[in-house]
Amino acid sequence: MRYLPLTDTDREDMLARIGVPDVDALFSDVPKGKLLKDPLDLPRAKGELEVERILGKMSARNTAAGAVPFFVGAGAYKHHVPATVDHLIQRSEFLTSYTPYQPEIAQGTLQYLFEFQTQIAALTGMEVANASMYDGSTGTAEAVLMAHRVTRRRKAVLSGGLHPHYTQVVETLSEMASDEVVALEADVRATEDILSQIDDSVSCVVVQSPDVFGNLRDLRPIAEKAHAHGALLIAVFTEVVSLGAVVPPGAQDADIVVGEGQSIGNALNFGGPYVGLFAAKSKYIRQMPGRLCGETVDADGRRGFVLTLSTREQHIRRDKATSNICTNSGLCVLAFTIHMTLLGQAGLSRLADVNHANAVKLADALAGVKGAEVLNESFFNEFTVKLAKPAAEVVEAMAAKGVLAGVPVSRLLPGAGLDDLLIVANTEVNTDEDRAAFVAALAEVL
Amino acid sequence: MLNRQGRPTAAGEAESRSHETFTGNRALQQIEPLIFEIGHRESTGVDIEKPAPFKSRLGKHARQGEIGLPGLSEPEAMRHYVRLSQKNYGIDTGLFPLGSCTMKHNARLNEKVARLPGFSDVHPLQPTSTVPGALELMLELARYLMTLTGMPAVALSPKAGAHGEACGMMAIKAAIAAKGEGATRNVVLVPESAHGTNPATAALIGFSVKAVPARPDGTVAVEDVKALLGPEVAAIMLTNPNTCGIFEPEIVEIAAAMHEAGAYFYCDGANFNAIVGKARPGDLGVDAMHINLHKTFSTPHGGGGPGAGPVVLSERLAPFAPVPFIHVEGGKSRLVEHKGDAPEGNDPFGRMTAFHGQMGMYVRALAYMLSHGADGMKQASEDAVLNANYIRASLSDLMSLPFPDHPSMHEVLFDDEWLKGTGVSTLDFAKAMIDEGYHPMTVYFPLVVHGAMLIEPTESESKAALDLFVATLRDLAIATKGNDKSRFTAAPHHAPIRRLDETRAARQPVLKWEKPAPVKEAAE
Repeated sequence: MRYLPLTDTDREDMLARIGVPDVDALFSDVPKGKLLKDPLDLPRAKGELEVERILGKMSARNTAAGAVPFFVGAGAYKHHVPATVDHLIQRSEFLTSYTPYQPEIAQGTLQYLFEFQTQIAALTGMEVANASMYDGSTGTAEAVLMAHRVTRRRKAVLSGGLHPHYTQVVETLSEMASDEVVALEADVRATEDILSQIDDSVSCVVVQSPDVFGNLRDLRPIAEKAHAHGALLIAVFTEVVSLGAVVPPGAQDADIVVGEGQSIGNALNFGGPYVGLFAAKSKYIRQMPGRLCGETVDADGRRGFVLTLSTREQHIRRDKATSNICTNSGLCVLAFTIHMTLLGQAGLSRLADVNHANAVKLADALAGVKGAEVLNESFFNEFTVKLAKPAAEVVEAMAAKGVLAGVPVSRLLPGAGLDDLLIVANTEVNTDEDRAAFVAALAEVL
Repeated sequence: MLNRQGRPTAAGEAESRSHETFTGNRALQQIEPLIFEIGHRESTGVDIEKPAPFKSRLGKHARQGEIGLPGLSEPEAMRHYVRLSQKNYGIDTGLFPLGSCTMKHNARLNEKVARLPGFSDVHPLQPTSTVPGALELMLELARYLMTLTGMPAVALSPKAGAHGEACGMMAIKAAIAAKGEGATRNVVLVPESAHGTNPATAALIGFSVKAVPARPDGTVAVEDVKALLGPEVAAIMLTNPNTCGIFEPEIVEIAAAMHEAGAYFYCDGANFNAIVGKARPGDLGVDAMHINLHKTFSTPHGGGGPGAGPVVLSERLAPFAPVPFIHVEGGKSRLVEHKGDAPEGNDPFGRMTAFHGQMGMYVRALAYMLSHGADGMKQASEDAVLNANYIRASLSDLMSLPFPDHPSMHEVLFDDEWLKGTGVSTLDFAKAMIDEGYHPMTVYFPLVVHGAMLIEPTESESKAALDLFVATLRDLAIATKGNDKSRFTAAPHHAPIRRLDETRAARQPVLKWEKPAPVKEAAE
């Protein structure tokens, strides 16, 4: 087996040094009858070629985003990632290293975490950011728990513009912890009255912008009312590229900001691995979940970086920890931070402009399609279209014509009476030809 | 260009001792500033054409003012990150014996197949009719995991080990609630030797934690567990093999005692690498166990993630598995994404994450499993255990074993008894290993022994590599008794950076780069 260096002679010599007759003697603590004698009912070892062949066949059965006009978003987005990113994250020293518990031989990881935290703080307009969460949805649930610790209250109000899967993740964890959640009804046109939900019993209000339907929301009045009642505003985004074009949540007085960072540096990957972005006001640092990297000096006074404030974390505080998180999204963070470094603010604003311009072009083109109506007053690179037919059927029919048109709202919210709504995303990868194909296919199907 | 007229260098010319360099660089080791110190706000390494003028639909939400981030051109960025990488130690650099972390070889085949467009370039919400191969891969991975563990169900979606723990414990909580005992069964037993995530997880989802004492031989005794059992106990969270590197001999009895008391057995599967193909958790009475694909099944640790933590479930817990999952009926598979969509008899407790979990890791793990096969995975576990015991046999005359009565599994635990009176601590010893070219073992964990050193070589090491490692540790161990203490107490001497002031980092947290204030001119 190509990955196992020991030879049979080695094994014999080693057993002799240990002083046991065979390797099963080392398994003597396994209860009687529980040690397996025969190999399990699975295929035997295979060479590289064979493994590639098997997995290649499975891969070929899927329609890759890059192979068709592709408009699917709602929480994950198809973007172009520079070749440099994937080359660098496959450097052995990054790929095969561990959590930087020995900082003297992990300064590479620690320095990019520090740079990442700085980038996230700047992008979101917040004072501090952590070294990442698993993804945007789990980060949102962690943010709600954090708000409960800060406010010593246990009730969260979730906007109807929050991605329904994020809502479910928050609800699941909250139900387990016996915390209260008020999830507002799906708010397609961003007209909900969330302010009236805020009172002195509320720990936090969770609002997404751009929301799952693509609307941009004004967070300032919500922050104001929340703060007047001692509650926190948690601002969420699933499309980080939007921060190149829109007012960041930090400028609207959000207390905690959570986002999905997949769009920068990371592939679609059928849902994971992704990278959760997490930032907050600095007065709440000690209640933050996850790893934090901090600057310090070494014995010679030279600048260096370490994981810090770990007294918040599970390996020190055990059942009193701020979170149970241990592993985070290290390599996805690296991909993010390299891509972000290549972009810089100049590249990010340009990228955001192109995304917005492309979305506007499609929205304009849809004005000429009978039976399709764009509902959004404002949007970034994603909007919701009301169709004359059930969106799920339209999507299937358009897929048959080779266009992946978007996410039917019924996929996210079945039984909500929103079956005629389709969420459509446009990024820099979409060409004029793609949009023409979209419009033509939609017109045929409707 | 090669200078053909130049003279060959000779060692004799390098007689004089080293001096500090002007730059602070040391040849291949370069001091690398932060991107904020080398980049410019107008620079970019990505060429994007400006869109033609259009009417913005951002409304009043358009960003005012700049973000405040520099960019780097591509050559600058390449050099920056390559230099950073050179300050890191990885498995590909050398032996990485980090106990309980299973730092085994990361095959590049797995990286290659994970990047196939049919896996990496598919969206979690595109029509399922366009991703049959993705569902097939998930089902195949599930089949392998269920077969290897002897368990009837698996929830794939948890994003990492601790997330898997949460998933398993939520299933237990849901099962208890379904029996109408939700209000009364709220205590979880956790051995003192457990990984910190176990008590943190139990607390996260509203259980209170009661500690199970460790026996002097490093195991958990069924009698101690029984003494804590009562109608308020929901579950035990037990790591097996445990964090002392020992297979819990009374595990079957402990599982039976839990079940008899109406409680569940959560097994922390962090150390599954010791027993793949040798023993199945399902045969031991386990109700739920997470599997760290980034440990046992070699998906890269990547400097701290991403991980993946699928959870195998017993018959009793399977109905409560979270959405999404793939349901197979009559040879047809269907992705179930909503509670209301679950087949008859299922009552999903909720959702762990936005999408389907760590697909990128599933592909890598399945590539590992296909490559090894049933025979190779069994051999890998045997070799991992053999390697750990070989290190133990080669060092136990110099270093002290707290638990000599049990064979080690895939990792061997030493304590610091043997360092007493030397003035050298476990930490000092670990830092001296860095100078010798090794990543240190896990130190000060588990908490049940003093100055713990937990060594896990994995199956990826050759005998020659182990012999060299053992010889180095023996030299170091002997040196702890000598006069040159600074070899240890001031170590590392040869790393890119010396020991760092962690206290300062925590007392005065600096968590991001700030533009230095301009230096004020001296008052006139």
